[in-house]
Amino acid sequence: MATQPILSVEGISLAFGGLKVLSEVSFQVNPGEIYAIIGPNGAGKTSILNCIGGFYRPSAGRILFGGEDITRTTPDRRAARGLARTFQNIALFRGMTVLDNIKLGAHAHLKTGLASALMYWGPAHREEMALRERVEHEVIDFLEIEPIRKQAVGSLAYGLQKRVELARALAMEPKVLLMDEPVAGMNAEETEDMARFVLDIKEERDITIVLIEHDMNVIMDISDRVMVVNFGQKIAEGTPDEVQHHPEVIKAYLGEKKG
Amino acid sequence: MRMGDFKQTYAADEAVFRSGTVRFWLVVLLLAMAAFPFMVGPYLLYMANLTGVAIIAAVGLNILTGAAGQISLGHAAFVGIGAYTSAILTTKLGLPFLVCLPLSGLAAAFFGIIVGAPSMRMKGLYLCIATLAAQVIFDFIFVHWTSVTGGIRGINVPSAELFGYKLDTEFKMYFVTIPIMIAAITAARNLFRTRVGRAFIAIRDRDISAELMGINLFQYKLYAFAASSFYAGVAGCLQVYLLRIVTPEHFPLHESIRYLAMIIVGGLGSVLGSIFGAIFMTMVPEALQSGLALFQGMDDKLMSYLFPLQTVVFGLLIVVFLVFEPHGLAEMWRRVKNYFRLWPFEH
Repeated sequence: MATQPILSVEGISLAFGGLKVLSEVSFQVNPGEIYAIIGPNGAGKTSILNCIGGFYRPSAGRILFGGEDITRTTPDRRAARGLARTFQNIALFRGMTVLDNIKLGAHAHLKTGLASALMYWGPAHREEMALRERVEHEVIDFLEIEPIRKQAVGSLAYGLQKRVELARALAMEPKVLLMDEPVAGMNAEETEDMARFVLDIKEERDITIVLIEHDMNVIMDISDRVMVVNFGQKIAEGTPDEVQHHPEVIKAYLGEKKG
Repeated sequence: MRMGDFKQTYAADEAVFRSGTVRFWLVVLLLAMAAFPFMVGPYLLYMANLTGVAIIAAVGLNILTGAAGQISLGHAAFVGIGAYTSAILTTKLGLPFLVCLPLSGLAAAFFGIIVGAPSMRMKGLYLCIATLAAQVIFDFIFVHWTSVTGGIRGINVPSAELFGYKLDTEFKMYFVTIPIMIAAITAARNLFRTRVGRAFIAIRDRDISAELMGINLFQYKLYAFAASSFYAGVAGCLQVYLLRIVTPEHFPLHESIRYLAMIIVGGLGSVLGSIFGAIFMTMVPEALQSGLALFQGMDDKLMSYLFPLQTVVFGLLIVVFLVFEPHGLAEMWRRVKNYFRLWPFEH
C-alpha cells in the first residue's frame, strides 16, 4: 500500500557553529499514524521538531508537508497550513485565561482585521461567537477542562497546563501535531489521561501525531512506528517491538557488551 | 451580594458588562458625566477636557506598550503629529474639524508604522531607543521646519466648528471630547475581544510561541504601532482645538514619559488602567497645586520651599503606588470590586 506520506523529512542536517546537531536525518510520517521519536538526551530530537516547525532552518535537506516543500516557509505560515506544536517546557501565554489561550490557537482560521476588531460589530462579533462555540464543543469538552476555562494559566497545576497547551494546539485544527514530551513530569494518572487523549485525537480527528517522549511505556503502548536517534543520526526505525530488539538501539541505551 | 449570575448563551458570557449591577452603575456614571458640565465652572471643565484627551492617548499607548509589549518613548511625538496635522489642515486648507479628526489619526498612524518598522529586528530596550530617536527627530522637525510648523511660536488655530456650531467654550468642547473618548475606550475594549488583541498579548507574553501559533509577528507589531499612534493622533487633534494653539513645547520627551507613567501607574495592558492612570497623572498635580494655594500669603519663604515640594510629593506618590501595587490602579479597583461582590459576607 503506497499512501503518500503527510510529512516527509529528507536528509536534514543542522549545525550550531562547529557543533553538528543533526546529520542527514530522513523519515516519513504517514497520515493518521502516531510516530514517535526517541533517543538519549541531547540526541537531537527537539531539534528535529524545531526544524519541522520552522524555528530552526536546516543547513541541508528538505521538509515536505502534504507533498509541498516547506523548508523555507516561515513558522506562522506553516502553522496556518496545519502544523501545530506543543512544547517540552510549557509555552503558554501566562497572562491570559485558559479560554483566551485556546482561542489563540485558532488565530490562523479567523479573519477579523484591525479595523473591524475595533468596531466589533457584524462579522467580527459573529466570528468570535462561532469561535467560542467551536472551542467549547471541540476542545474544552473533549479535554475535560470546563471548570478552569476562566482561570489564568499561570495559576494552574503543571499537568493541567500541559493539557491546556494541547487544547491550544487542537484549536489550531492541525493536520499534523508535533508533541515534545507530552507526559514529562506527570504523575501516573495524568500520564494515563494524556495517553488516552493522544489516542483519541488520532482516532477521532484524523490528526497525525509526531511525538518525542522518554516514557517508554507510553511510547510502546500508543505509537505505531518509532524512530531512534543518537548523536544527531537516525539509528533505527520500525514498530515499537522491532525497535526494542534492534541491536543498535540496545547499544545506544545500554552501551556495548565487553569482550 | 450578587448571586444567580448565570449565563445561558456564549454571547452573554462574552459580554463586556456582564451583570445587571455593572450595567446599572455604568448608566449612573454616564448620566453623571452628562450632568457634570452643568454643575461646574470652566476651570473644572477645562481639566475634564484635558483628562479626556490624556485618556485617549494613554489608551492608545497601552495597546502598544501594555498589551503588545513594545515600549515606546515617542508617544508624545505622535500626539504632536496629530496636533500639527489638524492645525495645518485647518489654517492652510480650511478643512473642518470632522475631517481633520480622522486625518490626524491617519497621519500619526502612518508615521507610527514607519517608526515601528525597526521592530522587525529589534526588541525591548533596543526598540525603546529607536522610538526615543523618533521622539527627538519629530521634536526637531516641529521646532525647525518653521515654514510649516511655525517654529517655536507654533500655530494659532481657530475654534472648531461642528455643523455650523462654534465650539468656542470649554462647555461646548466637553460634549465633543467626552463622546470621542468614550468611543475610543469602547473600541480598545473591543479590540481585546478579538483575535487581533489576543495576538498582541501573545506577542508580549511569548513571541516565539505566538509565531508558532500562526501569528505574523511583524505584521501585528505594525498593527499595534498603527493603532496606538492613531489614538495619539486623535488625542493631538482634540488637544489643538482645546488649547487653540500648537507649539513644540506641548510634545517634549518628558510628555512621552508622562504617558508611560500613566499606563504604569494605571495598570499595564488594561484599558481601565489607562483611564485611571490618565486621571491620576492629570488631576493629582492639579490637586497638589490647589493644596499649595491654601498656604499662599502665609509666608513667602515657606512658599519657596513648598513650591518645588509638590513635584517631590507627586514623584513619591508614584513610587509608593508602584511598591504597594505594581499592577496599578486597575488591580486595586479589581480587589475593591471583589470585596463588594461578596459583601456583607466575608467568605
